[in-house]
This record gives sequence, C-alpha cells and structure tokens, in this order.
Amino acid sequence: MPLKTFRQAINDTLVQEMQRDVRVILIGEDIAGGTGCEGDGDAWGGPLGVTKGLISEFGPDRVLDTPISEAAFMGAAVGAAMNGLRPVVDLMFNDFVSVCFDQVCNQAAKCHYMYGGQNSVPMTIRANTGAGISTAAQHSQSLHPVFSFFPGLKVVVPTSPYEAKGLLTTAIRDDDPVIFLETKLLYDMEEDVPDESYEIPFGEANILREGGDVTIVAVGRMVHVATEASAALARKGIECEIIDPRTTSPLDTETILESVEETGRLVIVDETTPRCNFATDVSAMVAQEGFAFLKAPIRMVTAPHTPIPFAPNLEQLYMPDPAKVSAAVQQVVGYQG
Amino acid sequence: METIADFEVQYSQFLSPEGKPSADIPALATDTEKLLDMYRLMTETRVFDTKAINLQRTGKLGTYASCLGHEAAHVGIAAAMRPDDVLAPSYREYGAMLCRGVTMAEILLYWGGDERGSDYAGPRNDFPLCVPIATQCLHAAGAAMAFQLRGEDRCAISINGDGGTSEGAFYEAMNVAGARNLPVVFMVVNNKWAISVPIEMQTATKTLAQKAVAAGIPGIQVDGNDIIAVRHWVERALQRARNGEGACLIEAVTYRLSDHTTADDSSRYRKKEEVEAARTVEPLIRIRQYLTDLGIWDEQKEAALLDEAAAKVDAAVEQYLHTPKPDIESMFDHMYAQWPEQLEEQRQHAIRYGSTDGGSHG
Ligand SMILES: Cc1ncc(C[n+]2csc(CCOP(=O)(O)OP(=O)(O)O)c2C)c(N)n1
Ligand SMILES: [Mg+2]
Repeated sequence: MPLKTFRQAINDTLVQEMQRDVRVILIGEDIAGGTGCEGDGDAWGGPLGVTKGLISEFGPDRVLDTPISEAAFMGAAVGAAMNGLRPVVDLMFNDFVSVCFDQVCNQAAKCHYMYGGQNSVPMTIRANTGAGISTAAQHSQSLHPVFSFFPGLKVVVPTSPYEAKGLLTTAIRDDDPVIFLETKLLYDMEEDVPDESYEIPFGEANILREGGDVTIVAVGRMVHVATEASAALARKGIECEIIDPRTTSPLDTETILESVEETGRLVIVDETTPRCNFATDVSAMVAQEGFAFLKAPIRMVTAPHTPIPFAPNLEQLYMPDPAKVSAAVQQVVGYQG
Repeated sequence: METIADFEVQYSQFLSPEGKPSADIPALATDTEKLLDMYRLMTETRVFDTKAINLQRTGKLGTYASCLGHEAAHVGIAAAMRPDDVLAPSYREYGAMLCRGVTMAEILLYWGGDERGSDYAGPRNDFPLCVPIATQCLHAAGAAMAFQLRGEDRCAISINGDGGTSEGAFYEAMNVAGARNLPVVFMVVNNKWAISVPIEMQTATKTLAQKAVAAGIPGIQVDGNDIIAVRHWVERALQRARNGEGACLIEAVTYRLSDHTTADDSSRYRKKEEVEAARTVEPLIRIRQYLTDLGIWDEQKEAALLDEAAAKVDAAVEQYLHTPKPDIESMFDHMYAQWPEQLEEQRQHAIRYGSTDGGSHG
C-alpha cells in the first residue's frame, strides 16, 4: 500500500469520485488557481494545496473557482444538488460558515424535510478546522459541534489519511448534505492508503486501542493526542480504550456505551470551547444511558471558554495536549468516591 | 420603450506613470508640503514592508500580507481624512494606518500573533485589521450611523479589495448607506487579484465603481497609483459626506506586486510579464519624478529619506522584538468588557496552568 499524506488522500478521493460519477463537481474559492488567465492553473490547489491538479484533469466546468461569495457558491451548490449534481463545496476555513450559515444550516440541512421528502440535497462541504498554525481567532475554530446541532446534516471529522479517504468517499456518495472537516494539523500526516476506493460507513466508531481502565472518546486530531497520552499511561499501568466516533452526527452511541460498561470511566477530549460541544454531548448521553456503569465522574478535556489566541505560545496552551489528557485520566482512575 | 435610468463611470488620473501632470491638476498638486509629506510616508511604508517580509522569512514574524505597490492608494486615502474620522481597513493598508498614527511596532506586533498590536496608542477609534472579507464595510456604515445620529461632523471610510466586492456584506453596506444617506466612503482598492483569482473571474462588470449604481450612491474610478488622484477624490467624497450628501464608492486601480501573503507563491498562478509590466507603473516612481520636476526633490534628499526610514523601521523592529509575549491572562482579560464572575474559576485554573514566562517576540 502506498504511503500518502492526508492532503493527498483527499485529493485522490476527489479524483476517483469525479472519474466515477460525472455529477460530482467541485466549487469554491481559490481551488483552481489562475483559471481563465494564462497562469499555471495546475500548480496551485488552494491555500492548503488540497485540490492541486484537479483543474487540469477535469477542466473549469467541473472545478469551479468562484468569486469571494460564500453564500453564492454554497447556495448554488444547494440548488444544483437538488437538480441532479453532487457538488463538493470547498469552504476553505470552517469559520467561513458564518457568512453562509443560512445556506448550510437553514437550507441544505432542512430542504429534504421541508419539501416533504421530495428533494434530497446530495452535497459535501469540505472545510479545514482547528487551531495550531496561528491563524487567529476567526480562522482556527473547531465547529463540528455547531454543525452537529442541526438535524439534516451529517458531520465527519476524519483522523488519518486512510480514514479521510474512506469517509470522503462515503460523504460524496451519500444523498444528504455532509460536512467534512479536515484538521489543519493533519494535512501532512502520512499513512498507508489503498489506491482503490473504499467506503467507511457513517455512525460506526473506530476503536483505536483497547484497554480496560478508562474509555477515552476523542474527535479529529485529539485522537492522536489521546493515543500519545495512553502510551505514557500504559507505562504507569493504566490501560485506555480509545474511541474515534468518526462522525459526530450520526453518533455511534452504542460503541461508546459498551466501552464505558467495560471500563466504568470516561474521558472525552475535544478541541473546542468547554460548553455545548461534542464532549458535553457525549457526556450527557453517557450520564443518561450509562449512569450505572460509571465508577467515577466523567471528565472532559477541552480548550478554555475564550477565543483562540493568535499568539503561538498561548495557542499551544489553549489546545488539549497529552499532559492534560493524562491528568484527566489519572483523576478518574484515582477517584475515591 | 424609454430609458428611465442610465449611468456613466468617470475615471480620473492627474499624474501619468512617467510623473507628468495632466492639464487640469487640482490645488493639491501644487501644495509642495503635502506632497512631500505623502511621499515620505509612501517611502517609509515601502521600507517597512520590505523589512516585515524579511522578518517573516527569518522566523521572527508570522504570516504577513505585503502592501507592495499599494502605497499611493493607501496613503492617499488616509491623508484625506481628518483625525477624528474613522478608518475600517482590511489587512494590508499599512500606508493608511501609519498615516493615521498607528505605529510600525504595533503593526509588527499584530503580525507577530499578538492582539495587543490592534490596541493603537494613536487613532483610538479606528477599527483593527480585518481578515474576514468585506465585513468592515458594514462596520464603517455603522460608525457613520452613530456620527449621523449624534450630529457629529465625522465620516467613516472602509477599505476592501476587488475580491471583497463579491461579498454580500459589501453590497449590503452600500445599500444601507444609500438608503440612510450615511457619511461613509467605501474605498475599493482593486489590485487585480484576490489570492489566485484574477479580477476577470471575480466579476463581469467593467468597473468596480459601477457597483455603486445599484445602491443609489455615486461611484468613481481613479488611478490608484496616482496619489494625487486618490487623495483629491477621497477629499471630495468626504466633503460631500460632511455636507450631508451621503455615501460614495471610490475604486482605486492598482496592482498587487507582491504575493498575496508570505504564505503564498503567486508565480504558481500568474505570469511574470504581467507583474513586470505593473512594476513600471508603480506609484513611487511617478510621484518621485513629479517632485523632482518641481525642483523639490533630488538624489541626496532621496538617500537621506531612505536612511531615515531605515532607522525608523529598525527602531520599530527593536521595540517589537523586545515586547514580552502576551501572558495567559490576556486571553481572559480581553474576552469581555464586563467580566462574568462565573468564568473566574477557569481563569484562575489557566493562570496556574500556563504561568510560564513566554519570553519576548525576539
Ligand atoms: C469571508 C472570507 N472568505 C474568504 C476569505 C479568504 N481570503 C482571505 S484574503 C482573500 C482574497 C481577498 O482579495 P481582495 O478582496 O481582492 O483583497 P487583496 O488581498 O487583494 O487586498 C480571501 C479569499 C476570508 N478571509 N474571509
Ligand atoms: Mg485584490
């Protein structure tokens, strides 16, 4: 199996799905690079390089560079999706949903329902997410909880190149609007990824590590933070079970509950502010459905309730890290009642 | 059928790329003191810009958006303003900011990843840099609404790029300003590119100035490399606004001679010849030539100015590099104007956790 970066795995998937299905088009800002002018349109691929080469392969009819009008291209994608296309929208930063919120959360999410099931909206919205590269408060948020709030949307947060390929394939083939969130700090991560295409189903969590002492549920890059912490904890004799839900909506509650039933302890790691996020969501679910399994209070490891600092030194302190996860795990393991 | 509305768009240039004045130059073009002041600022801005790029390249500054080639447009706008007017810029208008009294050290601090750089000692009411595209146009309209309500003799100016004119916020700001006759000027600095998207792909309109028509406000296009044209027309627009005649739009046509930011490599999407051609009409050449022809500038003065500018920039860099990095409390202190006590516990927790000395920006 060839080694591929997260970025390359996504690029490969876009190519394969566009080859497979002519209805798949890409639309967004700065995804083609100098199309229509005489520059080298092939060499760009957007600020993060993910769509590199696609304009050359599929041409400007299927790789649409748009004006800086998020509401326009998002809304146009909704309209096109209801008329036989399967748009893959590149929103660049997930934070930019703020300027097309109506189209994503009030239109795409609700059209199928409000048309009495008549029209589906088969579109995928790709956007980068997360802090860590000093892009300041308005370009660094992790907005998966915001999207997960809305019935009608499906929300995917892949954790590795292999996962990204399988989940993006599923997303593009899915008949509903899917938000696909790519963690900035994962773009250069490498892993073996098969050349042939494959799907990873939504709503089926992945157990990355088995362990009997504590269940850690983490989303996106936080899975790796938890994994790093668990290696150190294992040397102290604490065995963590690490669960990556893959999709925060739909959510595989069953796998989480089964694990907590075994371990009796739960730590959730989420790179968001501490309120109304994925961690509080899972925590509430387990408190409600799995109270009897718990031997200790649930602990959440999140960022503080502040905007994300621009300053790299503060940004590092802001994000959950292995030390914070480790401390939380030790706290639940050491809980005496 | 009859025509019930039509429009035309005027273009203005007073100085040719060679620095030759056209016949009907405005009074400003003979005010040598003003001209020299503006030229000095344009030069300082360029020296600053070059240094900032170098700082980024050597790891002492975060990603930085260069203003190379925009000096006339930026300085011209701010030079036309009164101190108590309000500027709402986007992110590369250092010439305008320096002219307004923002310091070089403050700008460096911002791009060094430190929000305290937006806490200006000088123009307290100016808005900070704004990266989310075109949102500042609405803030300018809102500032103008406040001035209008209080009956103050003040105006607001927003600056956004050609790409920014595609955003809904830009149209909505112009529309509300037209409907409420607000004292605001919308500046569009058309540098032909929005990251990798050329202006031809951004819009089908022949000019960006004509985007004013649908909002019922006047729009004009000026040569954005001609500082006399920029300042003259912004002064006129502000005068109109102060007279209660409402908003207008000015498109200043220039060229982004640099990459979009230091994180970009524009050679991947645009032609070298295009950039080279733009270099020959850049704004400093013509004003320098014009001043020389007026007999008030020469090589000696130029050399002295460059030395002075370099010293000023170096001093700002020193100041920036010696500024301690922000401490963890700043994350909390600047989040609310009225601190909710309920958050005190997490603040204390964070202070205990992150009270290590972050060192300085150097
Ligand atoms: C709402 C929003 N959409 C997209 C972006 C990403 N972005 C940053 S700068 C830029 C290009 C802006 O071009 P233009 O308005 O012409 O200004 P210039 O950079 O040329 O000065 C884009 C698309 C953003 N910051 N905010
Ligand atoms: Mg531009």
